[in-house]
Amino acid sequence: MNKEEIIYQGAEAKICKSKYMGFDVVKKRRINKSYRIKEIDNRLIFYRTKEESKLMTEARKYGVSVPIIFDVDKENGIITMEYLKGRRIKDILNGLSEKERIRICRMIGESIAKFHNNDIIHGDITTSNMIYQEDRIHFIDFGLGEKNSKIEAKGVDLHVLMEAIESTHSRYSNCFDFVLEGYKNELKDDANLVIKKIAEIVKRGRYR
Amino acid sequence: MLCIGIEGTAHTVGIGVVKQNNGKCSVLSNVLKIYRPEQGGIHPREAANHHTLYIADLISESVKKANVSFSEIDLISFSKGPGLGPCLRTGATAARALSLTLGKPIIGVNHCVAHLEIGRGTLSDCTDPVLLYTSGANTQVIAFAEGRYRVFGETLDIGIGNCLDKFGRTVGLDFPCGPAIEKLAINGNKYLDLPYSIKGMDIAFSGLLTAAEQYYRANKSLEDICYSIQETTFAALTEVTERAMAHTEKDEVLLGGGVAANKKLREMVQTMAKERGASFFVPTKDLCIDNGAMIAWLGVLMYKSGIRLKVEDSFIDQRFRTDMVDVTWRE
Repeated sequence: MNKEEIIYQGAEAKICKSKYMGFDVVKKRRINKSYRIKEIDNRLIFYRTKEESKLMTEARKYGVSVPIIFDVDKENGIITMEYLKGRRIKDILNGLSEKERIRICRMIGESIAKFHNNDIIHGDITTSNMIYQEDRIHFIDFGLGEKNSKIEAKGVDLHVLMEAIESTHSRYSNCFDFVLEGYKNELKDDANLVIKKIAEIVKRGRYR
Repeated sequence: MLCIGIEGTAHTVGIGVVKQNNGKCSVLSNVLKIYRPEQGGIHPREAANHHTLYIADLISESVKKANVSFSEIDLISFSKGPGLGPCLRTGATAARALSLTLGKPIIGVNHCVAHLEIGRGTLSDCTDPVLLYTSGANTQVIAFAEGRYRVFGETLDIGIGNCLDKFGRTVGLDFPCGPAIEKLAINGNKYLDLPYSIKGMDIAFSGLLTAAEQYYRANKSLEDICYSIQETTFAALTEVTERAMAHTEKDEVLLGGGVAANKKLREMVQTMAKERGASFFVPTKDLCIDNGAMIAWLGVLMYKSGIRLKVEDSFIDQRFRTDMVDVTWRE
């Protein structure tokens, strides 16, 4: 048994640093929540672990940077994956030069388009779930994701990022426009349909 | 500083008088009347008529209960929005009349922000919370970030209270249906699968509502359905709140809104807070539901931070979003 060190405690999982066959890995251990009944708890943990590992593997196939998965334990809700030493986009974005920020945002948009091209919906695209390493944007935390070809699903996916940028990077809220630029360049279908959908989703919200 | 607050965004017309004491809020009086439709949902005009009928007496009552005189009042605060136009206008009209009669300044405040500030104002140690605001119309997860109260998560369709009321009406419960559902749920024990829909930190209830209604039509036990609705919706609410806490790196959680009166929801959020080593806060019930005291308190904070409003500019705003407020009273 390797020694494990908790490097991050998120809302639904503990991220532990460990070793696996000589590699530096993280184990994402989903935590049982005693506030919810076991029927819901088990269903969410099992389903999210399964979906997350499946979607990550698939996204990788389509050229999206994601950590390599070594092992999946659905019953216990543990995914063992490559350790990324880079930093979260959330922590670096506000400190970048304008030129660099625009470049990174376009890269983010291109990556999102790559998985959307293949009907992969991330489900929680925030800047906390992107890690910058070796000039690539790595996406993590596909736990709320799904396979869905509908424009609605892609619009909701981007809407989550839009809100995250507005609340966490409010001084640079034009970031989202550059994300959309990159997205347009890379998306195979007409990105304007998705962009229109985002505006519709915003309006659907309360008091808009 | 002594302030009278006038609340009238939806069902409730409420008047409260508060005083600032060492930076904290002391509530001197808080009185209200709730419009209860005979059937169906809220009718904005009927609700406004109800408020018009009671508002003058409530104002007198609140001042009397606070044991102050009208001449001692320094500020008149009212709910500027969000809410139903006719109801908001009734409150604003009363506020303008008071302001002009007493010759005292008027201020319009955001109802959702008031729910958060009353927690900070009345509970010691509650300084920088993530607010889970759950009421009939509103379901929002709000926290302070970069100079504003920002909505980190919110409902993508209907409010949780609205979801409970709609289900309640389908099965013949009286408004407000939340307490009746809470009671029925206690005797439920078989979990019926319901859609659990969260998108990032946002949440949706309409699919669950349809599924719950289908269970009812299929003659499933009403107790079990109520139990399953509560367990599913509250688990989702607790989860998005926890996500917002992790995201904003805050370690206080505050409840607000009418649904915060639900014991099950309180228990679940409290358990979540305990497990992540965070503090849990909930105002007294009269300050959780829509009320005038919270409107008065936010008025005090804004006025003291230098905000001024002329009577001729004292408009209401039905779509006054939480993140539109420039928070001048916090660092």
